[in-house]
Amino acid sequence: MTDVLPVFLPLIGFLISFLFGKQIGDRGAQIVTCTGLIAAAALSVMLFFDVALGGHPRTHELMSWISSGAFDVSWSVRLDSLSVVMMCVITIVSSCVHVYSVGYMSHDDAQARFMSYLSLFTFAMMMLVTADNLVQLFFGWEGVGLASYLLIGFWNHKHSANAAAMKAFIVNRVGDLGLALGVFGCLVMFDSLQFDQIFMQAPSQTETVFRFLGHEFHALTLICLLLFIGAVGKSAQLGLHTWLPDAMEGPTPVSALIHAATMVTAGVFLVCRFSPLFELAPYAKEIVTVVGALTAIFAATIGMTQFDIKRVIAYSTMSQLGYMFFAAGVGGYGAAMFHLMTHAFFKALLFLGAGSVIHAMSDEQDMRKMGGIWKEIPITYAMMWIGSLALAGIPFFAGYYSKDMILETAFGAHSGVGMFAFWIGIAAAFMTAFYSWRLIIMTFHGKPRADHHTMEHVHESPFIMLLPLFVLAAGALFAGYLFYPYFVGEKVEAFWGASIASHEALHEAHHVPSWVPLAPLVVALTGIALGYLCYLWATNIPGVVARLFKPIHQLFFRKWYVDELYDALFVKPAWVLGRGFFQGGDQAIINGLGPDGLASLSRGGAGVLSRIQSGYVYHYALTMIVAIVALMGWLLLKLKGVI
Amino acid sequence: MTTFPVLSLMTFLPLLGALGLLLIRGSEETVAKMSQRIGIAVSLVVLALAAWMTWHFDGNSADFQFVEKFMWLPAFGLTYHMGVDGISVFFVLLSALLTPVCLLASVQSVEKRVREYIIAFLVLETFMIGTFSALDTVLFYVLFEGVLIPMYLIIGVWGGQRRIYSAFKFFLYTLLGSVLMLVALMVLYSKLGTTDMPLLMDNHVDADLQKWLWLAVFASFAVKMPMWPVHTWLPDAHVEAPTGGSVILAGVLLKMGGYGFLRFSLPMFPDASMYFAPMVFALSIIAIIYTSLVALVQTDMKKMIAYSSVAHMGYVTLGIFTFNRQGIDGAIFQMISHGLVSGALFLIVGVVYDRLHTRDINRYGGIVKNMPVFATLFMVFMLGSVGLPGTSGFVGEFLVLAGAFQASTWVALLAGTGVVLGATYMLWLYRKVVFGPANNPDASEMEDMTGIEKTNLVPLAILVLALGVMPALVFKSTAPSVEKLISQVGAIADAIVIHPDPESFDALIEGIDAEVQP
Repeated sequence: MTDVLPVFLPLIGFLISFLFGKQIGDRGAQIVTCTGLIAAAALSVMLFFDVALGGHPRTHELMSWISSGAFDVSWSVRLDSLSVVMMCVITIVSSCVHVYSVGYMSHDDAQARFMSYLSLFTFAMMMLVTADNLVQLFFGWEGVGLASYLLIGFWNHKHSANAAAMKAFIVNRVGDLGLALGVFGCLVMFDSLQFDQIFMQAPSQTETVFRFLGHEFHALTLICLLLFIGAVGKSAQLGLHTWLPDAMEGPTPVSALIHAATMVTAGVFLVCRFSPLFELAPYAKEIVTVVGALTAIFAATIGMTQFDIKRVIAYSTMSQLGYMFFAAGVGGYGAAMFHLMTHAFFKALLFLGAGSVIHAMSDEQDMRKMGGIWKEIPITYAMMWIGSLALAGIPFFAGYYSKDMILETAFGAHSGVGMFAFWIGIAAAFMTAFYSWRLIIMTFHGKPRADHHTMEHVHESPFIMLLPLFVLAAGALFAGYLFYPYFVGEKVEAFWGASIASHEALHEAHHVPSWVPLAPLVVALTGIALGYLCYLWATNIPGVVARLFKPIHQLFFRKWYVDELYDALFVKPAWVLGRGFFQGGDQAIINGLGPDGLASLSRGGAGVLSRIQSGYVYHYALTMIVAIVALMGWLLLKLKGVI
Repeated sequence: MTTFPVLSLMTFLPLLGALGLLLIRGSEETVAKMSQRIGIAVSLVVLALAAWMTWHFDGNSADFQFVEKFMWLPAFGLTYHMGVDGISVFFVLLSALLTPVCLLASVQSVEKRVREYIIAFLVLETFMIGTFSALDTVLFYVLFEGVLIPMYLIIGVWGGQRRIYSAFKFFLYTLLGSVLMLVALMVLYSKLGTTDMPLLMDNHVDADLQKWLWLAVFASFAVKMPMWPVHTWLPDAHVEAPTGGSVILAGVLLKMGGYGFLRFSLPMFPDASMYFAPMVFALSIIAIIYTSLVALVQTDMKKMIAYSSVAHMGYVTLGIFTFNRQGIDGAIFQMISHGLVSGALFLIVGVVYDRLHTRDINRYGGIVKNMPVFATLFMVFMLGSVGLPGTSGFVGEFLVLAGAFQASTWVALLAGTGVVLGATYMLWLYRKVVFGPANNPDASEMEDMTGIEKTNLVPLAILVLALGVMPALVFKSTAPSVEKLISQVGAIADAIVIHPDPESFDALIEGIDAEVQP
C-alpha cells in the first residue's frame, strides 16, 4: 500500500480539488493538494532508502489495462533505483512548487484549479516513471503533456498563452509519434511491451534487421532512435525544441516544476530506462551524443542574448538537458541521472527565485527594466546566487559534481563523438557562466531601470514563498556532495542495481588527465568575470559587440530563425493544403463531379443549387437506375461466361 | 438455445412505442409532453434490456448468442435469424444507449412536431438494433436500408436552412451504395442458395467473383463509413441535422459501415479483402490526412467535427483491413469510442447552439468563465477525440496504429500524422470557443449547462474515461469473435485459393439447403 500510495496521492489531490474546488474553497484545495504531495514526498524518500539504498526493487501489478494479443499491458508500479530516484525528485520539487504557489498565485481567481492541475501533472509524471511497460509510460508521457498544456495556457484569456499551450502540445505530439512507432517496433520485435521482457530478449536480437519505410535497418538501432525522437520532443532537444521557450507563458511555478525540473527530463529518463537497448545500439548512442551536444551549445548561444528573465533560464534548461543527453549517449547513464537530479534542485531554485523577482517587480519579466534591487530583496538575491553557482559548476555546489562528471565521462569515452561533446560542453560551460551572471547583474545590480511606481513596490516575498526556496537551495548546496558516491562514485553498481545496464563509461571517467576536471572550472570563472566586465564595469561592451557582429547576434537573438522556418515549412502549408482540399477537393472536384455535377448535367448544364426541386431527385434516380441496370446486365453476362 | 427473445424485444419494442404514440390525443402541448415521456421511457427499457444482454453475454464464446431462428419465407429459404456475437453486441448496446440520449437532448431543442420527431427516433432505433442483430442477409438488408428513411426525415423535417439539399444528398449517396449491395446479396443467394449469414461466412464463392461482390458491398459500406472520396454527404448532413440527428448519425449510423466490413467483407469475401486491402489502406490514409487538414480550416463547429469523424473512421477501415488482432480490436474499439465521443461532441455543440443559434466558431470565445462545467465536459470529449491515453479514444487509435505498423510501416507513419493533425484542429476548436478573450458579449452571457444537459453528458464523459482505463470491459467479450474472424480470413490467406469444381459446388449448395430447411 505505501508502495503505490505516492503515485496515487497526487491523483486524489487532483480529483478532490478539481471536482470539489467550489465546495472546499481555494484554501481547502491548497491544503488537500499540498498535504497529498508532502506525504507522497515523504513516502518516496522512504522508498528511496528501501529500494535504492537497501537494494529491494519490486513491481506491483495493479490491474490489466489493454489486452489484445501480444499487446498485453497492465497498470503497474515498478519500483527500482531509477524510478525511486525520479519519484524523489518529482515529489520533492513538486511539494516545493505546490507550497510556493500558495503564495505566488494568491491574487489569482482560480487557485483551486491551478493547484489541481499541478497535482494532475505530478500524478502523470509518477505514472511515467513507475511504468513497467511502454504503454503506461506513454500514458504518463502524454499525461504530462496534457498537464503542461493546461498549465501553460492557465491564463486562458491571453492569446499568447493559448498559442504557446497549443504549440507545446502539438510539437510534443510529433515527438510522441516517434515514440509510438518505437513502441510498435518493440511489439513486433519482442512480442511484448513489458520492460523486463524487452530487455531480456534484446541481447539475442543484436543481429536482427528490420524493414522500415522500405529500408533495412539494424532493428535495435531503429527502435532506440524512434524512442529517442520522443525524448527529443519532450526534452526540447534540437529540432523539436521550439515549444519550450514559448512555454514560459505559463505561471512561473509551472516553469519551475514542469519546464525545468521534471517533465522535460523525462526524455533523459527514457534513454536511461532503455539503457539495455542503447548499449546494444552504438550508432544510436552516437546520435544521442551529437544531438545532446549540439543542443547544449545551440541553446547557450541563444541564452546569452535574451532579455526575458524566464527565457534565459528556459534556454539554460534546454542547454543542460543537452548535457544530460550526451552523457547518456557516451554511456554515462549514472552521470546523466546525477545531473538530472542536481539540475532539478538548482534550476527549480532559479525559476522560483526568478518568480520571486517577477513578483517583486509587479510582473515585469524584461531584465532591461530591472536592476538595482538586490538590497530590497536580499533573500531572493542570495538564493539566485546559490542557484547560479550550482549551475555554473563552481566547486562544492551540486552542479559542480554532476557537470564535471558528465564532461569527464565524455572525455573518457575516447571516441570521436565523445571528444566532440567534451569540447562543446566546455564551450557551453563558459557561456552558461556568462549568461548566468549576465542575468544576476542585469536583474539585481546597477542603476534601477524600472519606473518609480514599480520600484516603490519592490518587496521581499512572503515566507510561504521563501520556504520552498530554502529547501531547494539545500539541494543545490548539498545534493552533489552527498550523492556523488552512489550515483557515479564507488557505490554505483550497488546503487543502480539492474536498473541501468552499464557503468563502463563512468569507470573510464575516473581515469582522465588531471587538466580535464579543471577545465570547466576555469572557463566558468572566466565566464563569470566576463559577465561582470560586460554588464557592471564596462556596460558599453555588449552593445559594441552586438553591433560589430550584427549578423551573428541577430542569428542568436532571433533563435536561429527556427520558428520562422517551421512556420514556413509546416504551419502555413497545412492551412493552405486544408483550404485547397476543402475548396478544390471537396467542393469543386468531388461535389462538382459527383452529386452536384450529376444534377446539373442532367438538367443540361443549368445546375444552380438554389433551384433544387423534386426534379433533382428524379434525375438522380434515373441516372442510378440506368447505372444499375447496366451493371447488373454486365454482371449477368459475366456470370454466364459470355464476356 | 431457448432463451428469452431479447433481441427481438429490443428491436420491436421501439416500433410498438412509436405506434403507441400515434394514439395520444390532446392539445399539442400535452401530446408533445406525453410523447417525450413515453419515448424516453421506451428507450430506457430498451437500454436496460441491452445492458442485461451485455451482462449475460458469454465473453468466452465466439458463437452467436441470444439466437432466434425460424422460417420466414420457406419458399425462398428465408429465415428470421437474429443473434449477436462479440463484434455486434456492443453496437447494439451503443444504439440503445444513444437513443435515449438523443431523445433527452431534444426535450429542450425540438419545438415543432415533437411527436413525429420521437416516432422517427423510435423507428430508427428499431432499424439500428435490428441491423446489428440480423443474421440473415435479406433481413439485414431491409433493416440496414430502413435506417435511411427515418434519418432522411429527421434531417429533412427538423434540419436547418439547407436541410432539403442535405437530406437528398444523404439519401442518394447512401442509396446508391445500397443498391449495389443488394445486387451482391442476390448474386450470393443465387450462387450459394442461402441468405443465412453464418453459413455465408463459412462458405465462399470463388475468388474472382468475390472481387466483384466485394466491390459491390464496399460501395455501400464505404458510403456509410464514410470513406474518402464518398464522404462529402456527411458534413452537409451533420450541419443541417438537428442535434439528436447528428448524434445518432455520428454515433451509430457511421458504425454500420465498419460493422458491414467486419460482418460481410472480411468473412464472406476473404480473398477479395486481401486483394483490395492496399486500396483500403490508401483510401484510409487519404481520409485521415486529407480530412484532418480540411477540418483545420472549418469555421463551422459541426462541420469540423463531421470532418474529424471521417478522419477517425479512416482509422477504423485501416484497422479492419490489417487482418491482425490489434488492428481489428482497435477498429472495433475505435468505433465504440467514436460513437461516444463524437456523439457527445455534437451534443456539446448543441448546448451552445441552443443558446446562441450559431455554429460559427468565431461567434464564441472566452466562455470558460461563464460556463465552467461545459468547458470541463467539452475538454474530456476533446481529449477523447484527440486520443489522449486514459480516454477511450487512445485505445482504439493506438491499437489500430500498432496493427498497421505490422502491415506496413509506411501506413503506420502516414496514419500517425493524423494523430498530430487531430490534436491541432481539436485544440484549435477548443481554444477558439472556450478560451481566449470574451469578445462576444452574448457568448459571455450564456448560462452554464442545465440539469438535462448534464444528465446527458456526464455519463458519457464517465464512460469515455472508464473505457480508457478499463478497455477490458469491451475486449473481454470481443476477443473470441475477433480471433474467429481472423482465422476465417487467415485460413484463406494461408491456403491457395481453391476454385470448387461444379459438381462439388452443387453438393455444397444442397448441403446448405438441407441445413436451412427445418
